[in-house]
Amino acid sequence: MSRTRIFRWREWASPVPPVQREVLTSQPVSKGFGEIDGGRPPLLFVPGFGHGAWAFTEKWLEHAAERGFAAYAMSLRGHGDSGAARHTTLRAYAHDVVQVAARLPRRAVLIGHGVGGLAVASALARYPARAGVLVSPVFGGFATFATALWRNPAGTLPAVFGAQLRLRRGQLFGRELGSSQAREYAARVTGVSAPLALWQLLLHRAPEQPVGDAPVLVVGSPDDRIVPLRALERAARRYGGAPLLFPGMGHDLMLDARWQEPIDAILDWLDKPG
Amino acid sequence: MSYDSVRGAAPAPTDAAASWRGGTPVHDRSENVCVIGAGACGLTAIKNLREYGFGVDCYERETGVGGAWNWRHDRSPVYASAHLISSKPFTQFPDFPMPDSWPDYPHHTQVLAYLERYADHFGLREHIWFGTEVTKVEPAEDGRWDVTISGAKSGGSDRTQRYAAVVVANGHNWSPKFPTYEGLEDFKGEVIHASAYKDAAQLRGRRVLVVGAGNTGCDIAVEAAQQASRCWHSSRRGYWYAPKYAYGRPSDQVNDTVLSLRVPLRMRQWLFHRTMRRTVGDLTRFGLPKPDHKIYETHPIANSQLVYYLGHGSITPVPDVVRFTRDAVELADGRVAEPDLVILATGYLPRFEFLAPDLLNVDAEGRPRLYLHAFPPAYPTLAVTGLLQPDSGIFSLMHWQAVTVATWLRLRESAPERAASYWRRHHSDVSGRFNKAKVKQSTRHWFEVSHVDYLRAVEKTLREMEAGQ
Ligand SMILES: Cc1cc2nc3c(=O)[nH]c(=O)nc-3n(C[C@H](O)[C@H](O)[C@H](O)COP(=O)(O)OP(=O)(O)OC[C@H]3O[C@@H](n4cnc5c(N)ncnc54)[C@H](O)[C@@H]3O)c2cc1C
Ligand SMILES: NC(=O)c1ccc[n+]([C@@H]2O[C@H](COP(=O)([O-])OP(=O)(O)OC[C@H]3O[C@@H](n4cnc5c(N)ncnc54)[C@H](OP(=O)(O)O)[C@@H]3O)[C@@H](O)[C@H]2O)c1
Repeated sequence: MSRTRIFRWREWASPVPPVQREVLTSQPVSKGFGEIDGGRPPLLFVPGFGHGAWAFTEKWLEHAAERGFAAYAMSLRGHGDSGAARHTTLRAYAHDVVQVAARLPRRAVLIGHGVGGLAVASALARYPARAGVLVSPVFGGFATFATALWRNPAGTLPAVFGAQLRLRRGQLFGRELGSSQAREYAARVTGVSAPLALWQLLLHRAPEQPVGDAPVLVVGSPDDRIVPLRALERAARRYGGAPLLFPGMGHDLMLDARWQEPIDAILDWLDKPG
Repeated sequence: MSYDSVRGAAPAPTDAAASWRGGTPVHDRSENVCVIGAGACGLTAIKNLREYGFGVDCYERETGVGGAWNWRHDRSPVYASAHLISSKPFTQFPDFPMPDSWPDYPHHTQVLAYLERYADHFGLREHIWFGTEVTKVEPAEDGRWDVTISGAKSGGSDRTQRYAAVVVANGHNWSPKFPTYEGLEDFKGEVIHASAYKDAAQLRGRRVLVVGAGNTGCDIAVEAAQQASRCWHSSRRGYWYAPKYAYGRPSDQVNDTVLSLRVPLRMRQWLFHRTMRRTVGDLTRFGLPKPDHKIYETHPIANSQLVYYLGHGSITPVPDVVRFTRDAVELADGRVAEPDLVILATGYLPRFEFLAPDLLNVDAEGRPRLYLHAFPPAYPTLAVTGLLQPDSGIFSLMHWQAVTVATWLRLRESAPERAASYWRRHHSDVSGRFNKAKVKQSTRHWFEVSHVDYLRAVEKTLREMEAGQ
């Protein structure tokens, strides 16, 4: 991994244009005396391509709050109820994440899904998070592109030429999720018009090293039809670990039938002393 | 993961006096590091030292964080209208951005809100003892330091604590530089230093002479142009009055675009002069002296309004003050001004009363001579941070200084031999200026640095220290 950079010419000389951002939250409820969150850090969930904050408010946000974490979900620019901006790049996504993280009351844990995982990985180099969690992270590269092309040629190929990227139901969910539920979710997944970001993904550069020694956990499924197991393993290796796997689940761990297992595993990891 | 570091695990200072110094007890704070001051610089020192695993006790003589930006503090130099001169990307700490919704050049109350947020977000307040002044810092055995404090923490009386290292972040914009003038005591008008200027109401309807054309002097002259019945602005040389915007963007962002292309200094000076000539024009037409230097050779001024009010004729530019008489002020060109209020915007001087001068390797002119403007050559566990006057925002420089101090202190622990050899090779070098421009002789310029040159030196230092760690 590359080392933390002091010189950030682009950030200095041409800062990312601002947008309005959607942030939703679930707060833990007091169960008696003492601090409501027991000193636990706030969690910031970052969805990836095609998903908005809604993907986390469905299940994970409330579950995390019930387990005593102040939980927040955001939408990246051009997604959900966040504003759109022209010439969206991966740098702009990382900027969105750091902007929201720095507004939270305390040092936060960043949890990114899909391309949101890559945004979080980059944000970790710009903000000393308590920890990072990469859920089915899409780090890009040609193999990921080839997989997407093979599974969903009609949704992927036109995107290379500037049209919207469209994700299909079959790419996102496992078999256990009822087809009506899957259809309903898939209908909420929007197309992505961010040709610059897509090209950057294809060219793929390794994210920088996290600042402040944040521990990083990679979570995914060996049956994910967007991120192959090898990619998960490679991502985890970067941070000196192995991925935590949930076989049988699809790419959208936070919406799939057994959504509770991965979030419980993540919260257990965060709660683990030492 | 445990949440200890979120809540801060540093124990409160103990009461056990382990040793004595000149008949007074010294309370041992073992491996903890002492940070002096909780302004921007002290805050980032605490945050980064904590991140590197150090226990920290910070002492702050005021009752809140923010230092210069905390307008509630008596010594704060900010006035009601003060806005940043460095735009957001250069002002914010590199790992904690200011909100997108804020303007390019935030107001001083926003800067304070930002620093308070930084302190809360990273849980820094629990490491700070407010209302507690450091009165003495003396070397003890084994590179450790005895820090004497007085105030809230020590119950009003003096108390001495021993630390593994000390980081001095006491700021250099709070002790006014008050020039002396012949006849000043006979002058019957009011004379104040800019540090006592808080609000435009002080100027309303008065005849005001502003001395000094740093950023403070220019801001006050602009306010006087709007509020006072008359405004003279005295400067002892001509300057380059850079507008806050150029080519539709904050000027410092344009400047760094050029810097990022590694355009050499002379070329940049030429480009800047040309841009100024074509946009602002020749300022001598307003009666200002021609600059006696190239751009970057004095601390930059960022002020779009001064020229505007010169053009309105509401500011009368005048040269240096020669002497005061009972009713008037005589100027170098023989003219006379008759103000009833004189504001000396002549800047500030660094002060380190709690440290014996030789500890900071102070030269004949009273200036500390330090490696990277931060490390005294003879004391590896003492560092001064924030003693810089950059041609850009200072927060990111302070951040990287703090990271360098933390990395250095870690290196001393983890690899003492490598640390010792590093020290031998570098720390006696106190000649670094970190500025290719030939800055003008002035009390404010000996620590004027180019942000790029300084950060390059820091980067080199960090890389060398990190290698093999
Ligand atoms: C009007 C004005 C505008 C400015 N605008 C900009 C700008 O646009 N951009 C920019 O980057 N910079 C600007 N600056 C520079 C400004 O000084 C820095 O931004 C920054 O505030 C300096 O922080 P510091 O922590 O080094 O010093 P300070 O903010 O002065 O903090 C030092 C702290 O140490 C405490 N202290 C001192 N001595 C002791 C002691 N013996 N014991 C205990 N506590 C002690 C003080 O109480 C204070 O809280 C401006 C300065 C002024 C005066
Ligand atoms: N809006 C803002 O964000 C803002 C506002 C104010 C200040 N600041 C910052 O705060 C710091 C201090 O600024 P400052 O303007 O208060 O002080 P400064 O930069 O030190 O400027 C002092 C001015 O007074 C002159 N001067 C000094 N001694 C003099 C003497 N004996 N006789 C006549 N003139 C004399 C200097 O001339 P020389 O050229 O000879 O030195 C200079 O013009 C700077 O870093 C500045 O950038 C920022």
